[in-house]
Amino acid sequence: MTDVVETETRVSQPRPDGLRGFASDWASDQRTFKNVSWGKAMMWIFLLSDTFVFGCFLLAYMSARMSTTVPWPNPSEVFALNIGGTEVPLILIAIMTFVLISSSGTMAMAVNFGYRRDRRKTALLMLLTALFGATFVGMQAFEWTKLISEGVRPWGNPWGAPQFGSTFFMITGFHGTHVTIGVIFLIIIARKVWRGDFDTEKRGFFTSRKGHYEIVEITGLYWHFVDLVWVFIFAFFYLW
Amino acid sequence: MTQPATQPAAHTEHQEHPIKLYLVVWGLLFVLSLCSYLVDYVGLHGYLRWSLILLFMILKAGLIVAIFMHMAWERLALIYAIILPPLLVLVFVAMMVSESHYVLLSRMTFFGTGP
Repeated sequence: MTDVVETETRVSQPRPDGLRGFASDWASDQRTFKNVSWGKAMMWIFLLSDTFVFGCFLLAYMSARMSTTVPWPNPSEVFALNIGGTEVPLILIAIMTFVLISSSGTMAMAVNFGYRRDRRKTALLMLLTALFGATFVGMQAFEWTKLISEGVRPWGNPWGAPQFGSTFFMITGFHGTHVTIGVIFLIIIARKVWRGDFDTEKRGFFTSRKGHYEIVEITGLYWHFVDLVWVFIFAFFYLW
Repeated sequence: MTQPATQPAAHTEHQEHPIKLYLVVWGLLFVLSLCSYLVDYVGLHGYLRWSLILLFMILKAGLIVAIFMHMAWERLALIYAIILPPLLVLVFVAMMVSESHYVLLSRMTFFGTGP
């Protein structure tokens, strides 16, 4: 039971850079991604597949909006908030964007401190990231509540094209789910960092592989991807 | 053609970069987000609005992928494997734009809501 196969990220010989390196990496035996661990490569490939999922949602939204004969509701007015008697356009969405970007910043810092083996700072920054993420989901819940109380349904709304509701709930709902999963993922890894699992190279519960600080970077990849998707949703759904 | 540069055999490669770089990118992302929000706040319309939205979006996405996700320091084998396939979605976009025009035309022709 103690014989656990270690997948190493060792590169035996110096490898060429640039296009020549690209060709030789892809033409070589066994491993294409020479200096990337399996965990990181798998997270990247998962994110690639997730890109297609969100790409298809945004495409469906584009097709619905381009082919409708009924005018599309103006997002600038739909998502306006009444603050101090004046209608401020899109203000909640702007705050949500800033919250998510802040969380990306703290996540990048956490990855950095992880590789410096600063256990406390890494865990605290990851928890701060999770807190920003939870704030984001909270504001999204507020936004959904507001829109539903104003009569937006997946099959119709008071302002125009009925597809507005279905695309809105589908796209932001799926993104919010991703943020929620990310928050859970962050809290689990932050707990392990805090406990010192990666300093003692404690073996994982499922995989019985040694834990490394690289998992912080892999968690970070997922989190930055969630932010990345929001960049596209913000541009195409809210601003367009 | 220059001699292909070789990189030293790396045992375990860490993506460790100066904190200042992250802070600069963080600041840039804030500025870019503010700019894209201002596009709506000021109330620009038409092609100027759309091109500005796309510009800020691409800059933000590029910064996140390159710096925060460390893509700028990866080998080309990974960069191409991850970046090229999503670009092919643009072909799908082109197909759906043409399809949407056709659907709109049919709706206006057969349901009589056209001009």
